[in-house]
Amino acid sequence: MSTRLSRRRFIKSVIASGVAASATSGWYSAAQANRPAGTTERLISLNINGRTRRVDVLPQETLASTLRYKLGMTGTKIGCNRGECGACTVLIDDVTHYSCSMLTHSVRGRSVTTVEGLQAADGTLHPIQQAFIDELAPQCGYCTPGQIMAAVALLKDNPKPTRDEVRVGLSGNLCRCGAYDHYLSAVLRASGQST
Amino acid sequence: MSNADTGIGASVKRREDLRFITGEGTYTDDLNQPGQTYAAFVRSPYARARIDAIDVSDALNVDGVIMILTGADMAADGLGDLPCGWMVKQKDGSDMVTAPHPPLATELVNYVGEPYALVIADSRHAARQGAEAVMTDFHELNPVVNLASAAQSEQIHAGIPDNRAYDWELGDKPATEAALAGAAHITRLDLINNRLIPNAMEPRAALGVYEKGTGDYTLYTTSQNPHLERLVLSAFVQVAPEHKLRVVAPDVGGGFGSKIFVYAEETAVIWAAAKVGRPVKWVADRSESFLADAHGRDHVTHVELGLDQSGRFVGLKVQTTANLGAYLSLFGSAVPTYLYGTLLAGQYRTPNIYVEVQGVYTNTSPVDAYRGAGRPEATYVLERVVETAARELGRDPADLRRMNMIQPGDFPYQTPVALVYDIGDYEASLDRALEAIDYQGFPARRIASKDQGKRRGIGFACYIEACGLAPSQLAIQLGAGVGLYESGEIRLNPTGNATVFTGSHSHGQGHETTFAQIVSDKLGIPFDDVEVVHGDTGRVEFGLGTYGSRSLAVGGSALMMAGDKIIAKGRRIAAHLMQASVDDVSFEDGKFLLAASNQSVTIQEVAFAAYVPTSYPEDLEPGLSEKAFYDPKNFTYPAGTHIAEVEIDEATGEVDLVALVAVDDFGEIINPMIVEGQVHGGLAQGVGQALLEHGIYDEQGQLVTGSLMDYCMPRADNLPDFIVDTTITPCTHNPLGAKGCGEAGAIGSTAAVMNAVTDALGVKDLSMPATSEKVWRILKGE
Repeated sequence: MSTRLSRRRFIKSVIASGVAASATSGWYSAAQANRPAGTTERLISLNINGRTRRVDVLPQETLASTLRYKLGMTGTKIGCNRGECGACTVLIDDVTHYSCSMLTHSVRGRSVTTVEGLQAADGTLHPIQQAFIDELAPQCGYCTPGQIMAAVALLKDNPKPTRDEVRVGLSGNLCRCGAYDHYLSAVLRASGQST
Repeated sequence: MSNADTGIGASVKRREDLRFITGEGTYTDDLNQPGQTYAAFVRSPYARARIDAIDVSDALNVDGVIMILTGADMAADGLGDLPCGWMVKQKDGSDMVTAPHPPLATELVNYVGEPYALVIADSRHAARQGAEAVMTDFHELNPVVNLASAAQSEQIHAGIPDNRAYDWELGDKPATEAALAGAAHITRLDLINNRLIPNAMEPRAALGVYEKGTGDYTLYTTSQNPHLERLVLSAFVQVAPEHKLRVVAPDVGGGFGSKIFVYAEETAVIWAAAKVGRPVKWVADRSESFLADAHGRDHVTHVELGLDQSGRFVGLKVQTTANLGAYLSLFGSAVPTYLYGTLLAGQYRTPNIYVEVQGVYTNTSPVDAYRGAGRPEATYVLERVVETAARELGRDPADLRRMNMIQPGDFPYQTPVALVYDIGDYEASLDRALEAIDYQGFPARRIASKDQGKRRGIGFACYIEACGLAPSQLAIQLGAGVGLYESGEIRLNPTGNATVFTGSHSHGQGHETTFAQIVSDKLGIPFDDVEVVHGDTGRVEFGLGTYGSRSLAVGGSALMMAGDKIIAKGRRIAAHLMQASVDDVSFEDGKFLLAASNQSVTIQEVAFAAYVPTSYPEDLEPGLSEKAFYDPKNFTYPAGTHIAEVEIDEATGEVDLVALVAVDDFGEIINPMIVEGQVHGGLAQGVGQALLEHGIYDEQGQLVTGSLMDYCMPRADNLPDFIVDTTITPCTHNPLGAKGCGEAGAIGSTAAVMNAVTDALGVKDLSMPATSEKVWRILKGE
């Protein structure tokens, strides 16, 4: 099996590190409002999809929030905002992370990839994206960007996974439409294997 | 591409998917308006309490807070209650008893999460902080939470004794009781249908815009039926008149029923937009989804099935108590009655059936349609009791079902519970499913499992469902508040491509593809030249949206009718262009053909002539745009057999679903891969109910399962590869021969899985979900 983090291990690590967005406060911690001004640099540079983006970020702002509401990159979806559903999955240095549970300041100097960054410069779809079309994988489409990012990371780590390995690889990404079967087939297709 | 690659029956790639896989989908929270404000709702922390005072002074001092609105403000503005759209008649002929449901609570709160105020602020953050700073004096009251004892508990709503909204019945009680009295064997079963929480991945959201200069309102929201939303908001709540209110449901991230209903939040948002004078946006967080989306199922049932010596079903009696929650949601009354009791004949010739349903209020979130809506509950009751009867009598469960099945020669078949089935071949699905699961090989597999310390079980469900609620007049007689037709419009543009408008709504079903296939096939226009528009009351004339697996059978049929009108008018134009008689012109594959000649004109040429009428019939209006309303003559009746096989680890109680076969008859199929995906999704939700999901309130009415860590939904590694297949008997009364496929998976699979689990364990019943803990306790003899 791969060396990637399992979902449960990931969640444990998030809780242990104390950065999980609280269930009630949602977008930012309520305590943040009283923080003395100027204790953290707010205008920072982020490397997103190979481009440098300058953005004004509150100290306790999550990456999902920055992407969606500061940078207008709405491909990254928020389904639960507390590290449970996977809709906000992005790659940070090629490893999957739930961007709702990552502080934006913690990804300074690291390479962030979102669903908007997968297509080639000429517009050619990433093989995973093409396979998702070919297998009619998405249904409502809301969890789809997260599923795609999880699949991209899986194939980087394990280029020829078995169907069961794909199952585990996508198990951190909930799909209420229950489209898993076609998602699994799409990942196998993208890996050049029969579905 | 030729039409063979894109027409009816082809697994055309979904045109929706390019935007979804590139992150370019546009969901409500992806939309923003200049100057928009943000709303946060203030919600009841108690299941039942009186509001003595609301102090907003601290909240108004929160930096960024603009305005705070309460239920009293809404009442002062004269806004109406949220209605229930289906009036159920009680046994004595009286109307059901409906509790007033103000969008924002005023004096009493009746479930945890019920909104009673909202805070409007410059940012989400400030709105949240403002909501937390609202100080409310509550006087706590004893909540009514337990469904079984709700009738004996304190009265929740004034004027509604026993907390009972209705006492409803269907069928012949004396005949059924006589049949049971004379039965050779009676199988009795007590069943609980567990409460489910829909949890579409996209939380509900609303963005309200008010234009002061024109008085126009626009509401962007997560709706399965934007026209119904507009109708309710204008006719009942009276936020704005219908012609000044536009409702847009853009890409919607799943609904499963929960986005049919008109909720407090979007009502308050569009109202607040005018009061604040700036756009107002609200997006639910997941906690709000858990607390304030309408839940599903939640029945307690006693069932008795009588059989004669040979095993024929002679009578079925069902008594159900259905939890309606704190208020009657939009279709909450109809789901446990007309969508439940009417389905209890299933696939069988049971001559006597009687069902009575008590709908009761409790201090929990309102309960309404969730994928299947009544039909999974009916199937669960019937297929659990039939399987149990087979076990009690030592009969093969497939054989017992087979001998009781309605036969192909019996159609049209009048059931004892109101429905008339038009067509089906139930044994064909059963046979195909038995083959697919290798039923013959099951005994050997069971022994092999036992050798490994595992118990193997197999379970069946032969279900029927009724889709595409219909016809309108009958439904309205039975209490429906709206018609149940669908609209379709085909606009041929001067250059020969087509813009198609449908009143049904797609939130995962792929209508933009399927409906384009239908129109392309019907009119012989290239698939890529057909654009499908839905989800916007400003563009689509009218519609009733998507629920009950109705879109293709009803909405697709409307497009077929509109296509017929296009062809009829086109023939007149073509006849003129070819200087011939209309009677000599026929239409085929996009061409109008003149009989006994090699002359023809294309539909594109006809469309051009219709808009540039240089040579045109004198008595004909220009233009080539036609609309149709299709009102179904009957329900459609998808049916099939689902078979589950499970293996239970004796040491841990873990249930491994090793195989799930679904053979369904959906009538004619337009896009097989889309149908397959719909079946997969239904099966996932059906299996989720059986093995994983349960919405639980504690004694104080607090939702214990309020997060995705506590409420377990199926993930990719919880499910096997499903084996799905179809048989086809075309629907007899719509032009597509289609029946509907969206809910079937969730209707049959739950009972099949539970029949398999109880078979493996050798127990009569086990409440859902069959978690490893429950199963382990049974294995330990607890």
